[in-house]
Amino acid sequence: MEVGEVFKTLESNFPDGVKSIDIEGFDPSATIEASSLLEICSFLKSDKKLKFTSLMCLSGVDFEEKMEIVYHLHSLHYNHKVTLKVELPREKPALPSVVSIWIGADWHEREVFDLYGIHFEGHPNLKRILLPDDWEGFPLRKDHVDAEKYRGWTIRKVKEGYE
Amino acid sequence: MSIIENKFRDNVIITSADKFMNWARLSSLWPITFGIACCAIEMMATAASRYDQDRLGVLPRPSPRQSDLMIVAGTVTFKMASRIKRLYEQMPDPKYVIAMGCCATSGGPYWKHGYHVMKGVDQVVPVDVYVPGCPPRPESLLEGFIKLQEKIRRESIATTQAA
Repeated sequence: MEVGEVFKTLESNFPDGVKSIDIEGFDPSATIEASSLLEICSFLKSDKKLKFTSLMCLSGVDFEEKMEIVYHLHSLHYNHKVTLKVELPREKPALPSVVSIWIGADWHEREVFDLYGIHFEGHPNLKRILLPDDWEGFPLRKDHVDAEKYRGWTIRKVKEGYE
Repeated sequence: MSIIENKFRDNVIITSADKFMNWARLSSLWPITFGIACCAIEMMATAASRYDQDRLGVLPRPSPRQSDLMIVAGTVTFKMASRIKRLYEQMPDPKYVIAMGCCATSGGPYWKHGYHVMKGVDQVVPVDVYVPGCPPRPESLLEGFIKLQEKIRRESIATTQAA
């Protein structure tokens, strides 16, 4: 199935869930509401004509005015792909976890939480995965400023203005 | 008449305790087997047949209890730093450290923007020899071993080793 047909199926089944569709872009994508994420995802996985059984990638993006989560789905059965996006506010970003649908989302969501501080509600074990447990801050957020020290070790040896 | 008289004939060698101890130590530098990043590939190449570090008496050991040399081969993240310190503390004295590559010596390419990288492993363990390079070629690491051997040759059991 072409990606445009997938989007049409989504639009007809979830008229309120789909916010916008970008078919022209380099990576055609559908932006969906966080509230209907679980519904849409389980539909995409279980529908007989779609069968998106594989979550290839789950990423976080910081656009400074908003946060975004990107889902790349793949159907091993039909060999078609689709990209979903969920926009979130920058303050206290949270959305439902898709671990109940694709178990592989577990570590991906932990990584996004670790580096962006985005909360995945319903995740079975949402804690840091790459950084140490006692780390403070979320380093891939655009407004992140490195601390001076971590456990007494110097993080930055370069002072501001040194070039 | 003493017991050993005429028992050894020409096979007795007279030397100082210092020279004997140093000779033994520098001829059997046993590094603990661990690699943290891409430098470990070059370290493995140094150990393999083409460069054959064993001809200098350098032989990887699987346990810190059997090692007297630690080659920090790779990027030291803050999460890894405490583990490295623990491994170093588990090694029996006398023990030596080679910081292999730019990451281990100074943070390397993460010098300015690496929020997660320790700017030089000498913040946690005392380093004897710094081997520059990204990663250093096996010849450089061999040169590092030879430099360390020169350093050990100058040691004396009369003075305590700096811990």
